[in-house]
Amino acid sequence: MRLREIPLTAWIGILGILFAFFCAVFASLIAPFGEREIVAGVWEPANELYLLGTDNLGRDLLSRLIYGAQTTLFVSLAASILSFSIGIFLSFTAAVSGGPIDQGLSRLNDLMMSIPTLIFALVVLAVLPQNIFILIAVMAILDSTRVYRLGRAVALDIAVMEFVEAAKLRGEGRMWIIFREILPNALSPLLAEFGLRFAFSILFLSTLSFLGLGIQPPAADWGGMVKDNKDGIIFGIQAALIPGGAIAALAVCVNMVVDWLLKRTSSLKGGRGDA
Amino acid sequence: MPDLLSVRDLRIGATIFPPGEDPQDIDIVHGISFDLQKGKVLGLIGESGAGKSTIGLAALAYGRGGVRITGGEVLLDGKDILSMNKKGIRSIRGARVCYVAQSAAASFNPAHKLGDQVIESSIEHGLMTREEARKRADYLFEILGLPDPHNFGDRYPHQVSGGQLQRAMTAMALCSNPELIVFDEPTTALDVTTQIDVLAAIKNAIEKTGTAALYITHDLAVVAQISDDIMVLRNGDTVEYGPVKQIIENPRQDYTKALVNVRQTKLAEARDQSDALLKVENISAAYGNGVQVLHDVSLHVPRGQTLAVVGESGSGKSTLARVITGLLPPFKGKVTFVDEELSAEQKKRSRDHLRRIQLIYQMADTAMNPRQTVGQIIGRPLQFYFGMRGAARKAKVIELLDEIEMGETFYDRYPAELSGGQKQRVAIARALAAKPELILCDEPTSALDPLVAEGILDLLMRLQKERQVSYLFITHDIAIVRAIADSVAVMLQGKLVDFGPRSEVLNPPFDDYTDLLLKSVPEMKLGWLENVLATRKMESAGH
Repeated sequence: MRLREIPLTAWIGILGILFAFFCAVFASLIAPFGEREIVAGVWEPANELYLLGTDNLGRDLLSRLIYGAQTTLFVSLAASILSFSIGIFLSFTAAVSGGPIDQGLSRLNDLMMSIPTLIFALVVLAVLPQNIFILIAVMAILDSTRVYRLGRAVALDIAVMEFVEAAKLRGEGRMWIIFREILPNALSPLLAEFGLRFAFSILFLSTLSFLGLGIQPPAADWGGMVKDNKDGIIFGIQAALIPGGAIAALAVCVNMVVDWLLKRTSSLKGGRGDA
Repeated sequence: MPDLLSVRDLRIGATIFPPGEDPQDIDIVHGISFDLQKGKVLGLIGESGAGKSTIGLAALAYGRGGVRITGGEVLLDGKDILSMNKKGIRSIRGARVCYVAQSAAASFNPAHKLGDQVIESSIEHGLMTREEARKRADYLFEILGLPDPHNFGDRYPHQVSGGQLQRAMTAMALCSNPELIVFDEPTTALDVTTQIDVLAAIKNAIEKTGTAALYITHDLAVVAQISDDIMVLRNGDTVEYGPVKQIIENPRQDYTKALVNVRQTKLAEARDQSDALLKVENISAAYGNGVQVLHDVSLHVPRGQTLAVVGESGSGKSTLARVITGLLPPFKGKVTFVDEELSAEQKKRSRDHLRRIQLIYQMADTAMNPRQTVGQIIGRPLQFYFGMRGAARKAKVIELLDEIEMGETFYDRYPAELSGGQKQRVAIARALAAKPELILCDEPTSALDPLVAEGILDLLMRLQKERQVSYLFITHDIAIVRAIADSVAVMLQGKLVDFGPRSEVLNPPFDDYTDLLLKSVPEMKLGWLENVLATRKMESAGH
């Protein structure tokens, strides 16, 4: 892989994501005000002191946006990683085992997928205690059904290859076959899918927060910020549009990187061959 | 007589994309020249990568993806077709020059009837009316020996056999009455008994229609039956070019000599074949869909010797290997290994039993994990069966690499960085690492060029001598059986038709099918095809 072969759109995406992560990691250093600090009047327009204005309680919008990156990115990244771990493990087990295990897992997956994700999440989160780890777990499990679908399809293609048969004939255990024979060969498509699901994860978290079931106030989070400020739109105050724009920008950035990864992995030159 | 096709100093280049490096422009054909007269056949022969197909396609002024014709002339009736515009080339392709591809099954559109596809180009070029074209197709089906020639064109591609499809493709090429046909390995994908029919049909059709042909193949014995001149190619260069008689009977270059003498290595057959290492008794097996593929097969592999299992595609020989490994449990019969009955299912076998029987696959490409290095591939059985680690494991892998004549430099390479022959050697080393007593070889040489295959066979024979390992060698190639087998099992449609020491099976009195199989294998002799066909005619007249 050479740096100059990366297209401009991918560069924009990469820089955008890096910028968001930079904000998240160094939030306490770069944010001009505290996350929960009420510094001025309600919905003050942008001025030299409050670069993006203030929100519905008089907190600095820029500071909350920076702190919000922290929660938003942490929760969606953790949920994506967890959903991939669950999805890949179960789907590969199903593909390698076949028979009743495959049937059982796949039908369970179909059952989960047949219930609309948002409604499922609303019901579960309303019942369970409000806690960031439960939120991550619920998001991960719901998302892992999609990962399972892809993982099983990719693994089935690889599981019938002769080197997997050779490993079985050697007497290798299931874990070796999953993690040493199949996973390295399935990594490219799964990596591309990871980027995509990460973007969906950000959107899903924002949706949940907007509906009041995601990150709980007063913690800042982009989706929640849209919800807090949505009433301002009626009065012509654009405070809600700024976190909304941040969500859109990050999702676009992730997608631009994923598009490039997908193109790279599906082309003949950059596929499985480049070891 | 003026030359119909005259190729002058043809140069062809391409851009390659080596992994991790900048793209490079390379020459794949370096200045090839030949002449072809009306009604004559020129055989182009060489191993893969020799540029034979590329040259054949250049006769249609065509280059496959990424390939550029960089220099030289291709004169058809004195006119250079390389300098023609697209319209001019289009008027030649399919009308004056036609092409027959290796895989007819992939070249026909499955949604249209054969007859319509055969006459399509003649009508497209306005050479004949639909009625005339139909008539000509019927005539061609007849001289190509296709069954029920007047209704053959009404069938769809999936309704006829592979050999018939290949002949239909030849009919398609001949239909527009072209001056030149390019045959690109037309019989390579076929079984030997089918190949002989297709060869005879092509030869007959060429003689009757008086067209000229370029015949591309990697099998010298095949091309010797059909061509007037032969050009031997290697890495885009001409090795030798001359009349067929001289090339076969009096080759001048070492490379041509090696090709003519390929697989002459004959090993003496072992005398005592009673000490059975592996015994297969009354095996019947079926796949999940209920189709029975093995019917009551019994045979044994003598210790330290080679049993060749020979048969055409679909004869069940690979299925037999799957039964022995336990991948496909049989519904009847048992497999005994050193006096112990093996569990029918692979999962229930002990690790020691798994270790003692190893398998080598036909396609070394797919038999090795592309994400593991050679060192990891060979080292894993050492670690798995003998618990070797670290430096001891590495030393042993290097020892094995030396044994397969490759050496330490390959330790960190990935399979994608190896040639076909090297990959198969690594697969052999992986099998050897387990210190097996029996190696099942499933057509390990059929995807390789003849000289490379020869090297693999020599290696296998040397290892057998040194290590006393037994082979169950699955193949469709009688020449290999003659060269290496101690005992032979002949299979036909899932049944064992003949089994015994090589000298008994391959010498008269024959079983009927064994006889047919033996007579269908092309021999490196002029006039072999005519002789076989003449004998067949006499036999059928006698009946």
